[in-house]
Amino acid sequence: MQINLKINGVVHSVSVEPRVTLLDALRERIGLTGTKKGCDRGECGACTVHLDGKRVLSCTTLAVMADGREITTIEGLAHGDALHPLQEAFIEHDAFQCGFCTSGQIMSGVGCIREGHTHSDAEVAEFMSGNLCRCAAYPQIRAAILSAAKNGGV
Amino acid sequence: MNSFSYQRAATVDDALAAGADAGSAYIAGGTEMLNWLKEGIVSPARLTDIDRLPDLRRVQLTSEGLYIGALARMSEVAVNPDVQQNYPVVSQALLKSASAQLRNMASMGGNLMQRTRCPYFRAETELPCNKRRPGSGCSALDGEDRALAIFGGSEACIATHPSDVAVALAALDAVVLLQSREGNRRVPLVDFHLLPGATPERETVLRPSELVVGIHIPTTPLARRSLYLKLRERASYEFALVSTAVALDANDGRIQEVKIALGGVAPKPWRLAAAERALRGLDLEDLSALRGAVDQGFADARPGKQNGFKIELAARLVVRGLQQAGAMA
Repeated sequence: MQINLKINGVVHSVSVEPRVTLLDALRERIGLTGTKKGCDRGECGACTVHLDGKRVLSCTTLAVMADGREITTIEGLAHGDALHPLQEAFIEHDAFQCGFCTSGQIMSGVGCIREGHTHSDAEVAEFMSGNLCRCAAYPQIRAAILSAAKNGGV
Repeated sequence: MNSFSYQRAATVDDALAAGADAGSAYIAGGTEMLNWLKEGIVSPARLTDIDRLPDLRRVQLTSEGLYIGALARMSEVAVNPDVQQNYPVVSQALLKSASAQLRNMASMGGNLMQRTRCPYFRAETELPCNKRRPGSGCSALDGEDRALAIFGGSEACIATHPSDVAVALAALDAVVLLQSREGNRRVPLVDFHLLPGATPERETVLRPSELVVGIHIPTTPLARRSLYLKLRERASYEFALVSTAVALDANDGRIQEVKIALGGVAPKPWRLAAAERALRGLDLEDLSALRGAVDQGFADARPGKQNGFKIELAARLVVRGLQQAGAMA
């Protein structure tokens, strides 16, 4: 099927089988490999992207379902060389070790901040529970999100 | 994943026409369907995407109650001010479900259609399971049954239903709104899911080509004093070991009427009807009387080898729920 995906502001016209997930379309067809494939079962959050502004899992979305919709991936957060405030905060707070979950954590964290679920460390933990970190950088991830939320601009 | 054809329905009529073909399945949010497709639990020839159907995403409060369109997202319903204010148990159950990303994707209708998390049913390498392959046997009966049903199971299946919000809806006497080419019908939520009996592969009363189009929660004086408690083995992002929805009408500290449903203990949301009757008129501060009445709801519990603890756990949770509901303004 021929579909149009508007990714990070650019329309990509691609031909995919209906069974191709949005995650595989991003990584294998379009070459945006910042979005990671962890469990591929909707359990780990590594593949989190924004679909029409909402954080969702690209591994449990078919690419054909996203036809005509707006997608933001980790590659779309920075403005040129200027990192997104949450990317800056992740560096400042040392919020990753191996980095595999990081793009999903940041995309989910931006959603968490925009939804307003950053009143406390516990609230951030609850609303970030869909993103697993095998290195257990959770305290630093929560600190980065709380600090970016406080500083604004997300 | 096997291949399939895909089409997007523009209207409910389109969807119903497409769904009438054998080998056809619907997809909405996709959070369940994608996993079923990947594990080979289902392999439809045609997938009909109903996600963009107009008018099925509304949440509306009327004098008769609350209407929730089948395509409303769990996250939207959870933070809807009318839901939070008038039906707190629904909002709480939703916010204790899944993760933020999944709640942004998953539809309310799809939530009711989700299937058991029994590990034998979901096994990546297929194991005997009468839901997955009718007649193949039940691996859980002789295997790990710690997370499985204490009510309503059969010789063929002891799986539990995983939904949280269905438990809240069951306590509020919600109705599932169904549409087919033959017309519309309304099914009480407590009758929507089937007990396994000898045919555990049949999980709901939904007929082929029939579509869940909405949920109606009637206006009830109990709904404002309602809550959802969930016990699980992680603090968040986990299915219930046991959960309870409690909706209470009390006067001067005495129970006028109460509705109680349990999750994580049965193949469907489980109403504790005997306990509800026994609790009427009791003093909310008389803990031993409350516990005695609640225990009447467990007379027909049939635990397996490892899950007997759920009886004590659930009974204590219900008592806690009654106390907390009683303390609500």
